[in-house]
This record gives sequence, C-alpha cells and structure tokens, in this order.
Amino acid sequence: MVETVYKPEQILEWLSDVADPEIPVLSIRDLGIVRDVECNGGVTVSLTPTYSGCPATEAIEASVIAALEERGVATINIRRVLAPAWTTDWISEEGRRKLRVYGIAPPERRNRPITCPRCDSSNTEVVSEFGSTACKASYRCADCLEPFEYFKCL
Amino acid sequence: MTGKSVLTAYATRLGDNALILGQRMIELVAGSPELEEELANANFALDYIGQARMFYTYAGECEGEGRSEDDFAFLRPEHEYQNLLLVEQPNGHFGDAIVRQVLFESWYLALLEVLTRCSDEGISDIAARAVKEVRYHLRHSSQWLVRLGDGTDESHARVQQSLNDLWKFTGEMFMPDDLDDAMRSAHNGPHLEVLETQWRADVAAIVAEATLELPGDQWMVSGGKQGRHTEHFGFLLAEMQYMQRTFPGATW
Repeated sequence: MVETVYKPEQILEWLSDVADPEIPVLSIRDLGIVRDVECNGGVTVSLTPTYSGCPATEAIEASVIAALEERGVATINIRRVLAPAWTTDWISEEGRRKLRVYGIAPPERRNRPITCPRCDSSNTEVVSEFGSTACKASYRCADCLEPFEYFKCL
Repeated sequence: MTGKSVLTAYATRLGDNALILGQRMIELVAGSPELEEELANANFALDYIGQARMFYTYAGECEGEGRSEDDFAFLRPEHEYQNLLLVEQPNGHFGDAIVRQVLFESWYLALLEVLTRCSDEGISDIAARAVKEVRYHLRHSSQWLVRLGDGTDESHARVQQSLNDLWKFTGEMFMPDDLDDAMRSAHNGPHLEVLETQWRADVAAIVAEATLELPGDQWMVSGGKQGRHTEHFGFLLAEMQYMQRTFPGATW
C-alpha cells in the first residue's frame, strides 16, 4: 500500500481545528506552538511547549494525533522542539483578537498599557501577577470595575 | 569522564535540583497563606517538575541505555541523587520557604544564563526554556522577601532567622567537583567562582532591600553533589517514590 503524500498546507489547515486545552478559543496555530510540518511518507509535526511544566503538552500532542488520524493520516510523528523557546510574540494577530473577545487581555510589549478586554480602558491595575494558570495574571479595570485576566509576556 | 557521561551526569544533577525543589513546593500545595500565593507556588512547582523531566529525558538520551525520565525520578536511591542540600531542606514556615527560594533561584538563574551559552545544544536548549521561568520565580520570591523583611518586627525577626539558618547550605553551590570541572572544560560550562561573585552581589542587593543582614562567613555544609544528604532527604524520597516502589511499573 502506498501512503498518501500530504501537503504541509493541508496539514496546517487541519491543525487550525486543534484547540488549546486551557484556552479553547485559541487553536494551537493561533498560539504559535506549531513550529513545522514535514510530509515525506508520514507526517511529522514539530511542536514547542509553552512552559516546561505545562500540563497541556501531552494533551495537545494527543489531540494533534487524533485530528490527523481522523482525516486518515496513517503515520504521524510528533517532534518536541525546545529551541528557540516559545514566546508570546508567536501568538498570531488572529489569536490576540480571539483572546480579547474571550475576555483575556493579550500580551503587551513592555511599556504598552494593558487594556481592559471589556471596555478598552487602559486605566487598569494588577491584582496578582499569578493567575489561574502559569501564563496569566489577574487584573482589574478601574473604569468598568470588571476583573479580567492578562496573558503575560514571556 | 568521557563526553557523553559528563552530559548524562550533569543533566541528571540539574534534573535532581529541579525535581527535589519541585517536590518540596508540592508539599506546600493547599497550605499557602492566600489564594494568589497558592496558585503561584503550584505553577512554579510545575515549572520545576517540567524542567526535571526535560533534563532527565536528555540524560537518558545521552546515556543511551533506555532509561526514561521516570526511571531517573523514581528508581534511584538517595546516594545517587546529587541535588544541593539547600533544595531538600523542609519547608518550615513561609519565611523559611521564601528564603530557600531566593537563595537557590539567584544561583540557578545565574547558572542557567551561562548554560544557555554552553556548547552542548541539548543542555543549552533546556536552559533557554528554563531561564525565562526562573527569572519570574526569582522576581516573585524576592518580592516576598522584601515584604517579610521590611514588614513587621515579627516578620523581620523570623525571616532574618530563616536566612541565618539556611546560609550554611549555600557554600556547596560554589564548590566545583570533577563533574563541574569536566562540564566547564568540555562544554564551556559555568565557572563557579565567577558565579559566586555575581550571586553574592545579587543576594546582597535583595537582602539590603529587605532591610535584612547578610549572615557572616561561617562553616558551610556540603555533600549534596556527592550524594551525601541531610536526614530530611530520605523521607522526601520515600514519599515521592512510594507508588513505583510498591507497584513497580504502575502507569495511569
């Protein structure tokens, strides 16, 4: 039996449906953790972990395999790539937009104000640098008074 | 020591520090004084366990005998662990735990920064990942040290005592052994004397901001890197390894 040869673009499109388990509005492509796709016979997907201890790493790898198997890909290899280390700069524009709609302020470069995802005010204050997951901090908007989460720069 | 055995041993040692500190921090889960601290501690512990996993996996690859990360963590006896004595010290009260974090993380951060530039790609890749995490761990633990030191008379006195008590475990961080020397000469690893100068300056700055006094020169306890541990270590390992020792090969 001859294995189908897939195009990397096709694989990438399918991977757009794989959600991040902790922030399900984001796909793993929005998050920027899909580093490479190679198709020669089988399909090799290179993924980079966000944090060393990210409990989602194994879950994400399992979802990638499941998503590709569902489309009939027979041979799937997952490669874990550590370097260069993941940074929040790799979150796509689309990913940033989705975060904001979801109620999480996307990461901002140093000295740029963190704006409230609900009312867009930049009059916000940090409540705790450490939120419900390693990647988020807790903030409060001083104008609309709503609490919100901020995706920290890393 | 040959090339691969240096890397195996060095990666294992780095894994040991990360795992044992992570395990100590896990003991604090559900015991923090407030919710934010609870989340921060649990997340940091996870970072350390994650780093240990990467170092052990790499050690297993260098060794080439099929040992997995779990084999390193769960199937080695006390004397094969080469972590610093500092990281195995019991959590004590909150101030004790914070001082331990500050002393270790200032050293670990400086060490990782050098390792990101070492000539072995396996180690430098993991270090590049870990250094970002340890940088904010240290920011967090330093903030707490300042809050406690520059807080009430009670918190000041207690955290000064923690600093005095734990200081004797900092000496071995800067005592190079054969493995440190081999890592340095073969892979451009850290020069511990240079690291000590940087560490002293960093710690002195944090301690001064916390209005605390640096303990003076004193007798230093060592032995962690040679596998001679303090009496607390066996209990930690017994709890951590219980499941694999009782039900060998158990998975879930």
